[in-house]
Amino acid sequence: MATKNPIERYKELFKGKPEPLNDAMITGRQTNVTLDEAIGSLVLNQKRHKSSWWIFFTIGVMGTGILGVAITWLLYRGIGIWGNNQPVAWAFDIVNFVWWIGIGHAGTLISAILLLLRQQWRNSINRFSEAMTIFAVMCAALFPILHTGRPWVAIYWLFPVPNQLGVWPQFRSPLMWDVFAVSTYFTVSLLFWFIGLVPDFATLRDKSKNKIGRVILAIVSLGWRGSQRHWHRYEQAYLILAGLSTPLVLSVHSIVSLDFAVSVVPGWNVTVFPPYFVAGAVFAGFAMVLTFAIPVRAYYGLRDLITMRHIDWMAKITLATGLIVAYGYVLEAFFGWYSANPYEWDMTMYRRFTGPYAWAYYLLIVCNIIAPQIFWFPKARQHLVTVWIVCQFVSVGMWLERFVIIPMSLTANYLPSANKMYYPTIWDFLMFGGTIGFFMFLMLLFIRFMPIINIFEMKDLLYKLKGGGPQTTTDAVGPDEALGGVR
Amino acid sequence: MEVHDHGHRDEGHGDTALGSELLSESSAVAPSLSADLQTELKASLAGKTGKQYWRSLEELSDSPQMQRFMDDEFPNRSSLAQINRRDMLKFMGASMALAGLSGCRSVFMPQEKLVPYVKAPEELVPGMPLFYASSMMLGGYATGVLVEQHEGRPTRLEGNPEHGSSLGALDSLSQAEILNLYDPDRTSVVTEKDDISTWDLFTERIGVQLELQNSIGGAGVRILTGAISSPSTIEQIENFLKTYPQARWHSYEPVGRGGVYAGAKAAFGRALEPIYDFSKEKTKAILTLDADFMSAASMPGSLRYAREFAEGRRVVGDRGDMNRLYAIESTPTLCGAMADHRWPVKSAQIYGIALNLAAALGLPVQASSTNTIPAEHFAAMVEDLRANKGVVVCGDFQPPHVHALVHAINQSLGAIGRSVRFVEPVNAAATRAGDLLPLLDDLQAGTVELLFIIGGNPLYDAPAEYQFAESLKKAKYKIHHTLYENETSQLCSWVLPATHFLEEWGDGLGHDGSVSMIQPVIAPLYEGRSVAELFSLLNRKPRGSYDIVRDYWRRNGLGGGNFEKSWRQFVHDGVLKKPVVEFSGTPAVSFATLPAPTETSGWEITFRADPTIYDGRFANNGWLQELPKPLTKLTWDNTAIIGPADATEMGLHIDDVVRITYKGTTVEAGVFVLPGQPRQCLTVHLGYGRTRGGVIATVQGDHGGGFNAYLLRRADAPFFSDGVTIEKVGTEMNLATTQTHQPIEAAKRPPGLEGSVVPQFPGDHREVILDYKLDFFNEHINEEVEKRAEISKEIRENNLFPEEIFDWKGEQWAMTIDLNTCIGCNACVTACQSENNIPVVGKVQVGRHREMHWIRIDRYYSGSGDNPTINWQPVTCVHCEKAPCEPVCPVAATVHSQEGLNQMIYNRCVGTRYCSNNCPYKVRRFNYLNFSDNQRQFATWANLDQQQKNPEAAVGVTEKNRRPLLKMLNNPDVTVRGRGVMEKCTYCVQRINNARIEAKKANRRIKDGEIVTACQQACPTQTIVFGDQTDPAARVTKLRKDPRAYLLLEELQTRPRTSHLAKLRNPNPAIEPAQTAEAAH
Repeated sequence: MATKNPIERYKELFKGKPEPLNDAMITGRQTNVTLDEAIGSLVLNQKRHKSSWWIFFTIGVMGTGILGVAITWLLYRGIGIWGNNQPVAWAFDIVNFVWWIGIGHAGTLISAILLLLRQQWRNSINRFSEAMTIFAVMCAALFPILHTGRPWVAIYWLFPVPNQLGVWPQFRSPLMWDVFAVSTYFTVSLLFWFIGLVPDFATLRDKSKNKIGRVILAIVSLGWRGSQRHWHRYEQAYLILAGLSTPLVLSVHSIVSLDFAVSVVPGWNVTVFPPYFVAGAVFAGFAMVLTFAIPVRAYYGLRDLITMRHIDWMAKITLATGLIVAYGYVLEAFFGWYSANPYEWDMTMYRRFTGPYAWAYYLLIVCNIIAPQIFWFPKARQHLVTVWIVCQFVSVGMWLERFVIIPMSLTANYLPSANKMYYPTIWDFLMFGGTIGFFMFLMLLFIRFMPIINIFEMKDLLYKLKGGGPQTTTDAVGPDEALGGVR
Repeated sequence: MEVHDHGHRDEGHGDTALGSELLSESSAVAPSLSADLQTELKASLAGKTGKQYWRSLEELSDSPQMQRFMDDEFPNRSSLAQINRRDMLKFMGASMALAGLSGCRSVFMPQEKLVPYVKAPEELVPGMPLFYASSMMLGGYATGVLVEQHEGRPTRLEGNPEHGSSLGALDSLSQAEILNLYDPDRTSVVTEKDDISTWDLFTERIGVQLELQNSIGGAGVRILTGAISSPSTIEQIENFLKTYPQARWHSYEPVGRGGVYAGAKAAFGRALEPIYDFSKEKTKAILTLDADFMSAASMPGSLRYAREFAEGRRVVGDRGDMNRLYAIESTPTLCGAMADHRWPVKSAQIYGIALNLAAALGLPVQASSTNTIPAEHFAAMVEDLRANKGVVVCGDFQPPHVHALVHAINQSLGAIGRSVRFVEPVNAAATRAGDLLPLLDDLQAGTVELLFIIGGNPLYDAPAEYQFAESLKKAKYKIHHTLYENETSQLCSWVLPATHFLEEWGDGLGHDGSVSMIQPVIAPLYEGRSVAELFSLLNRKPRGSYDIVRDYWRRNGLGGGNFEKSWRQFVHDGVLKKPVVEFSGTPAVSFATLPAPTETSGWEITFRADPTIYDGRFANNGWLQELPKPLTKLTWDNTAIIGPADATEMGLHIDDVVRITYKGTTVEAGVFVLPGQPRQCLTVHLGYGRTRGGVIATVQGDHGGGFNAYLLRRADAPFFSDGVTIEKVGTEMNLATTQTHQPIEAAKRPPGLEGSVVPQFPGDHREVILDYKLDFFNEHINEEVEKRAEISKEIRENNLFPEEIFDWKGEQWAMTIDLNTCIGCNACVTACQSENNIPVVGKVQVGRHREMHWIRIDRYYSGSGDNPTINWQPVTCVHCEKAPCEPVCPVAATVHSQEGLNQMIYNRCVGTRYCSNNCPYKVRRFNYLNFSDNQRQFATWANLDQQQKNPEAAVGVTEKNRRPLLKMLNNPDVTVRGRGVMEKCTYCVQRINNARIEAKKANRRIKDGEIVTACQQACPTQTIVFGDQTDPAARVTKLRKDPRAYLLLEELQTRPRTSHLAKLRNPNPAIEPAQTAEAAH
């Protein structure tokens, strides 16, 4: 598969021919050795990363640079460089925050909830989904800090640090809840990710030929020897963290949604927000996982490990959560009418349906409701290009959803005299684009320096697929026919 | 409030103890080096011919070339290399000797000492402001002010309750004068052809010229002034004219009242000043003919008139009676907005209406054939005026024959002597001095040798066809005595700095002819001298303004038994309490000589003084530039104002650019579509399009600045004319308004809902503005109150919280705003800005909706776009008892006080802006960029951009060399908020605390009326009442229980502490049928 020219490789990648739906979770003649090789060599054999990696990495670095410039200018000049105004005091800043937090949802959902539900198909995708979660939360966390007028004090006044004035944060504020929700989520996700990495780091350490690499891997694998006791402790810790993470998946975005639901702003004050936001987050998260997984599996020859079955399942989840989101939109409009609250109806009818930003609302409907419906067709779910494009629709749609909710609701609420339009500035776009670049930058580093698929869990899966029984690392027997056995 | 007298410090004005303290104070805050440098240089240059010592202004200024020259330690080092050994030794020896001299510091360095008050000045308690009475002059008319002064630093102007033109209120234009005082762009030094000079040199040089003129009786001397009412200044000028009998005095005021005086002359045979009395007892029905007697920019005495008018409309309780106001006017004004009936007509049609009115009253005139107002409505109005103590007010902008006719109409209504009285013209210059035209002739004839231009800016504001610049060049010596270097100064040989009125002694006449005192509150910041001082200098008897004024009044009117006592009383009160001699006579209008009404066709252009920057003299004032103009809510620009029907016809929208052509002159202007503007009537405001006159005045393009309407204005039609054409250019510009326009396009508005609701959307039945007709109110208000009480009760019962949590102890502050008396004049907005150190943000930021005013006056229209009803609603923070902003702040930066104040803790605020999102009233303001640095706010990016584009206009405006004077403007009792911090109305908590301290010291409760918020103080109509709602006797408690009181957005259960009081209208039942109970909802 190693064609010289990267362009050729991409043509091949997206040649548009449907891959057959393979029911197996691992395909090809796989043994523990081939698994080690397929995944581990991405770290150990740096030659596997060709010019494509560098192209995307350069884009990522440039994006990070833009982000740096945008942040520096923001700190120097103030929030006024953005388009925010009175009454639209929150705009791109919070839209981006909620969007990124949403993207960070798939990782933990896949890792924790699917783990507890003993869904072994998660093994192929959980590692990089978790990485995505962490990086997305990092991007998200930039915004609530930087969007404040005085970030230098916000950073520590938002945390309940004891001080001689006896002044505490205000625990009634949803922004305060955000601080706890997001920081807890980040911490637990990071731990969960790292703990899962430890046995893999040990595997790589043992295989690494590079001296420096061996030292670094030895440090991060925390002396893992793979003893019975290690495995026992590991399983315990992993299960506990999964248990901790599970409610977090639901709580983070619920709490983020309370930023809006708790307020008196028409269009924000909606009780359906918590579940609707969580569904939207999973929706956006899976779209992002697919956006990432489809090119990577092709490019790095991981088609045997991330099979069409995974793609199919993820597309189905996207469709399912998309339907929940669509239900949310219907309910929002319905409540606008049923509440008999003129402000809510004004917001629904005269802002969303017919107002100056109605285009955003209709585009959102197209992206989030209409586009994913194609996943009802199995052929569409197998057609990688289609899946990938639909995922882009979903990402755009979810961003628009937050745009529709946040700045659009603020442009008009109670007193007609205070109605004002909102227009973003170049810095709004640069800041947003910068975080996307930063995210790419981190993901590309991750691909290069960490095992992007969980090696030992794949071995475990392979073992189970083969029907169990004794296994040694030198066992080269990999009967194809056994692989499809477990569904 | 105490009013202090500092008239007893009669040692002389400049050297009073106060004065020298001020000097040390100002050096303590270190004005920038360049100012010092200039002063020093000038001192050393005094009496010498300057040119041999320095070469150019650039050398003295911070020009980059000069900087480089200065920074280079050895600029002539190439010559050093050629030095020989002997010279080298000589230099070394000399250097050593000089090094020794450096020990003798005091020989070379001036020694100044800053010492604290060893003996505290009388009455001055550090931290406590003192108030002095003075007067602000606008177009020759004095308005009494009290100047708040903190340790010698004036910070704020308030109305002088003793003064007849103010009654304690103050308009925006006057209040903003305090900013002009500290304006770094003011003329600071004497310059001769752009070279820095001195007063002594000026006296010497001009003395030589005057000596030459002496032989010919001053035939080559001309004086050009604006309006002057000051008796002492006039005496100085007339003394000068006595010395030079052939010299001539001319006066020109761009928005003058020539028509008023000429009209009186036609009616009474002499120029007179009409004064109106709108008080309840005297006047019950008022008709304004293009007159806006409530706006300071259009009629003197507006503060008093507005008060009297409002008192005639004040309704307390469930029954009341009100005066009735009819407005027939062209462009909508404050009067039109308040009117019970308003008919928009072109300015030229006013005369026809006046003729019809005169004919209807039985005067022997030929009625005009055109009926611009429905006949039955007109008849009903005339009947009302006749039956109910009617008066007709004629606009200043109407030609003399209309004024004369209106005098006759008033006579037949019996209004003269009752509602209209006459005194001698206040603007003495108008009667004693010649016009601008003869001066122009003389200039063109080349007979003018010496021209003294006192204030003003004729080059910019003289009629366009005069080509004043060309003529001015022919005068040999042009001397401009001015507060700002402006377009005219550019062509003048000498530019002399004038004093600001807060720096000089003076006097002037109020709108009713009463004498007002101008008292300095700070030593002149620069080298300014007053007009009287200048003429005393020219008269070879140089005296300080204190001596001039005091001496004048010793001889005129204040003499008699105890001069010292009456002088002190005069200075203390700020006004001479002596009845003004009134003219009593009847108008004798020769009706036969009245011209026939002209038919107007096509577009009419109407010139008006700008509501905020007047004729352009306030163009460099950021507060006024950013003050939303009452009706358009526009900031930083003037526009071509047209009505909605014409706009639709011509396919024009707000922001479109049009080309206005009038008599061969063409200007381009942005369009503003204003509901209520008559058909085919184009209104332009004067004062914009400045090319010189300061950093703010000369902003351009995206930063404001508008267009120069004076280019179109001609002497034969100074205020309106037809024959103008408008065409669409096709480009657009950005106009910055603080309130968008959506109510106009509310064609969706359901029929029958006009008036009492302002629908934001179809089906909107909210009571944003409560509006009743008086008849309906008197009949049904109690039923209405019951209905509302039921709704309120229901709302309150839906409350999850126990009612007890709202029972706090101690004083509970509350406010009421009476929509029935609010005239939308903006005085409160400027008062708040001045009191609370509110920054100016610039046009770009206003365009981004980031203006910082804590009060906004919402303007709502109802009815048709061609002639809508206009309602005002001032909205500030309403201090909700259950404030939605409070629980959402993550750092508890906005919290509730025990006294019911919703407080902002600026230090704690991190700027999440969540509070603003959650505020239903949208009254919170966020400092998005560092707006509060009031040095930068005037040297904004705008100006730096502009400087690059047009270096000549913006010469010397780099941030670096601007004097840090504006810091002195800040009120020390109020925090200056930085970037990234949320702010909002505090109910003037600093004033509450001051009152509390006083009450505690006296061991008593705070009395009702003791705390007056800044907005309340400035309000000419006493619309705003503030107080303690737990005090059953307090005015605010009673008003909050008034049948008209309602809570804005009550349904949100925020429990506002500010109540609004419903608006009442008093339409003539014969014109508008009575309101039915259904229509009220």
